Amino acid sequence: MRAPDRTVVALVMAFVVLVAAGFFLPSWAVSLLVVSLARGIVALGLMVQFRSGLVSFGQALFFAVGGYAVGLIALKLRVTDVILLPLVGVAAATLLGVALGFLMRRYREIFFAMLSLGFSMLFYGLLVKTETLGSTDGFNVPTPTVFGLRLSVLATRTLLYDLTVASAVGVALGVHWYLGTILGRLDTALRDNEVRVEYLGYAPARVIHVQYVLGAALAGGAGALTALAVGHIDPSMAYWTTSGELVFVTILSGTGSVIAPFLGSLVFGLIQTFALQYAPSIWQMILGVALLAIILYFPGGLWSALERSRVRA
Amino acid sequence: MPAKNGAEIVAEAINNGTLPTPYNTKGVAGRSLELVVVDESTGTAKQVTEFRALAERREVDAVVGYLVAGSCLAVAPVADELKMLTFFSTCSTPRIFEENDFKYVYRTSAHLTPDGVTAARYLLKRMPNVKTIAGLNWNMAYGQDAWRDFRMSVQALKPDVEAINEQFTTFGGGQYGAEISALLTKRPTVLHTAFAGGDFEAFVVQMTARGLHQNIQMVMTAGAGSMFRLLDKLPDGAIIEDRGPYSVFARPTPLGNWFRTTYEQRHGITPPYTAYHMGQAVLAFKIAADKASKGGAKPAPEEIGRALEQLKFDAFGTTVHMSRSRGHQAVTESAIGVYKFDKAKNAPTVVDVTYYPADCVNPPDGMKGEAWIKGGFKGARCD
Amino acid sequence: MATLAFIVADGIIYASWLLIVAVGMTLVYGVMRVLNVAHGSLYALGAYTAATMVGAWFQRGYAPLGSLALLLAAALVVGLVMGLILELGLLRFLHGRDEVVVVLATYATFLILEDVIQLIWGVEARPAPQPYSLLGTTSVGPLLLNNYDLALIALALLIGGLSWWGLTRTISGKLLLAVIFDREMAEACGINVRRVFLVTFLIGSVLGALGGASTAPMISVSRGLGVDVIVLAFAVVVVGGLGSIPGALLGATVIGLSRAAAVHLLPQAEVFAIYLIMTLVLIVRPYGLLGHERLRKV
Repeated sequence: MRAPDRTVVALVMAFVVLVAAGFFLPSWAVSLLVVSLARGIVALGLMVQFRSGLVSFGQALFFAVGGYAVGLIALKLRVTDVILLPLVGVAAATLLGVALGFLMRRYREIFFAMLSLGFSMLFYGLLVKTETLGSTDGFNVPTPTVFGLRLSVLATRTLLYDLTVASAVGVALGVHWYLGTILGRLDTALRDNEVRVEYLGYAPARVIHVQYVLGAALAGGAGALTALAVGHIDPSMAYWTTSGELVFVTILSGTGSVIAPFLGSLVFGLIQTFALQYAPSIWQMILGVALLAIILYFPGGLWSALERSRVRA
Repeated sequence: MPAKNGAEIVAEAINNGTLPTPYNTKGVAGRSLELVVVDESTGTAKQVTEFRALAERREVDAVVGYLVAGSCLAVAPVADELKMLTFFSTCSTPRIFEENDFKYVYRTSAHLTPDGVTAARYLLKRMPNVKTIAGLNWNMAYGQDAWRDFRMSVQALKPDVEAINEQFTTFGGGQYGAEISALLTKRPTVLHTAFAGGDFEAFVVQMTARGLHQNIQMVMTAGAGSMFRLLDKLPDGAIIEDRGPYSVFARPTPLGNWFRTTYEQRHGITPPYTAYHMGQAVLAFKIAADKASKGGAKPAPEEIGRALEQLKFDAFGTTVHMSRSRGHQAVTESAIGVYKFDKAKNAPTVVDVTYYPADCVNPPDGMKGEAWIKGGFKGARCD
Repeated sequence: MATLAFIVADGIIYASWLLIVAVGMTLVYGVMRVLNVAHGSLYALGAYTAATMVGAWFQRGYAPLGSLALLLAAALVVGLVMGLILELGLLRFLHGRDEVVVVLATYATFLILEDVIQLIWGVEARPAPQPYSLLGTTSVGPLLLNNYDLALIALALLIGGLSWWGLTRTISGKLLLAVIFDREMAEACGINVRRVFLVTFLIGSVLGALGGASTAPMISVSRGLGVDVIVLAFAVVVVGGLGSIPGALLGATVIGLSRAAAVHLLPQAEVFAIYLIMTLVLIVRPYGLLGHERLRKV
């Protein structure tokens, strides 16, 4: 009998603790957790790409597509089911990811980053130009329902929170499994040397395409969850600074484990919240310094810092 | 930042009891105010979390503020969910109460629609023979709305006016060479812009250098705040507004003079309209809370809110009347004039100032701005 | 016909501005493989410093024409000081790291500098318009052009020409090309790569600050100035081909002309024009118009 995988154990425990905590936490903490976990889901997708040496500077595209898909369906078709809506976000982003992936898979390094940036900025321009969707002001997403029932505000919030926790843990487990497969193991090989991977008989372009679609699906789902939790969407979801923030979290976290992106995202959220409270005029500076410190002193991200301290202990 | 300064001045004066009469009682319902400041430039999702943090972690009694329309739209439902009394100071979009009813949310300044209506009425009074208009605005909801309100108002008052060029540029673009050339070739009678701040000043500097203002009547619905920085670079004769009777348009009441001098002494500049909006919101909170408080007890948020509904009170720029959207949305008179630089005093002035009563330029209660303008301003009272 | 003339004139003026803003970024990338997001901060710093200095200059009533020299001085001071700080204090420690990680480090720098700028200059807009009208206007047929804009065209051509000449016709330029081509080989031949990097980055920083300083008189310097410029500069550099100076010239021209065309013919498309061009060029020519495909090494 094999010893149980430590990551799996940790994730299952995190799930139980988070769900239980949801009943006691104040709403600002729940809101912070939902937004952070959703951002962690996007960062997870970016992490997989980053392992192959690819960084998308336009992941906000899929994040926004997921959010707007939910907003539009809820507003125009009056579909407000809390389970169905995130799936719609995932589906919309996945379809777009498959299509764009045929192009993106030919690009590497900085060119990959730039083309993804280009796509996301085009989408941003489109949203700003659409006056019926509120242009830059965006619009409010109706409160979700469960099987056609409208629950109390508190119940809806708890449900959304639990759903986000479940999704985060679910996709983390899924990606953890994926990284263990041959396909998943190829990504670090791709980063080191693509030509050698080809000689092994694999098609790098196809691996990258799979990763790209995975990243898109995760970002779409996260965008959908964020839209439901915040209750409002606007084009800044697709702006390059949002992408920058997402990449920021990925680097901050490191690629050591599927848990890292969630941890990194939470740390990012906490730094931002408390910097805003105690130093409202220099919160960007605090974030910048934190990022620089990580890049300079912990090239493997927060996760490597954690592991290092564990080894020492 | 000017908004924060405005809030600070008023809050301090409230605590010290140094506001001019009739507001010279100390504190709010006998208690002193403590300000908690949060930066708004973090994006909408973060603002919602910050709003929750203000309500729960920092346990504030009321949230006052917001300039950005997106923040207001997103925060409003959360305010109702948390039963948190919220006074929006600016966020120009009329959509907040047009699309929804909120119980705990109030806006103590007028929204965007009267700006366009006022500009159209004033323009056609001064230049009844306008043939063509053009617009240069930001490619964002604010700019699109401002231009639409103005264009529709002009055309409602004079149906044969043609809109011949609609330019929408990126916020913060800064380079308007091509737009100015386009306008030079189209030669409209009138150019409307709702630019403000840095972009407004950039456009003025670039277009005056190429003489655009010599043949075209400028209508600048949000540019007044820049006159103190541009001085003689802002061309004489431009029709100008300041989002209401604030700053140079503020009524010279004891309250108004107090606000202006205090602000000028402390910060060295004339307060812009955002400072007035914010001061007005803090003042509204005091008035409503004082009115709702019985025998020194701390009033509940619902009581403060109810005390504010339909209230008419004197603020720093003008009189504010909470008479729209079930008493949640304020209207004020509007003000407009023509810019003139006083060379002798080296000071900007506004001449031919006209004030339009609130009911002349605001849609009646329960009516959406767009429909009201299209229907020819039914129910407007202008005398 | 008149419209066409307008499009060309406006397009070239806008392109010159774009080139001045972007050329430093492409130079730094070409030599150091650093895509510098903080270039936007250098631009903003240059603009703020220039606006402050010009304001003081006119307040004291000095000779107006001197303010033009002042713009250059502002760019030089900001570029050299910030360039030294950034290269010696940060980039030096990042040589050899992943390109995208370096991009993020400069993004972090950008975040920090955004707040530094706000701490120094506050949130009030700062116009410094006097130099903009100093040179008068020229009318060419129906066109009334500002000579300051025309001077920008000259400046852009000068910068572009000098960089090209410096790179291809001087010995130090050839050393630089050697470094670009193969850093390890260059080092082995005794070229002091570190010094080449420092000098390149200083030049790039001065150019970034010059972009801001020369823009300051025609705008009102205000908060958030750097953010929009970064994406524009990216677009120019990517369209032309990363690291290629003739490419930046071409990229700026293509984008400048298409934006001007959009404004005159189809104002609704103004927001898209730049990103559309950038995306299309990347799809058709993944390495930009004048970029080179990278070699794949086994």
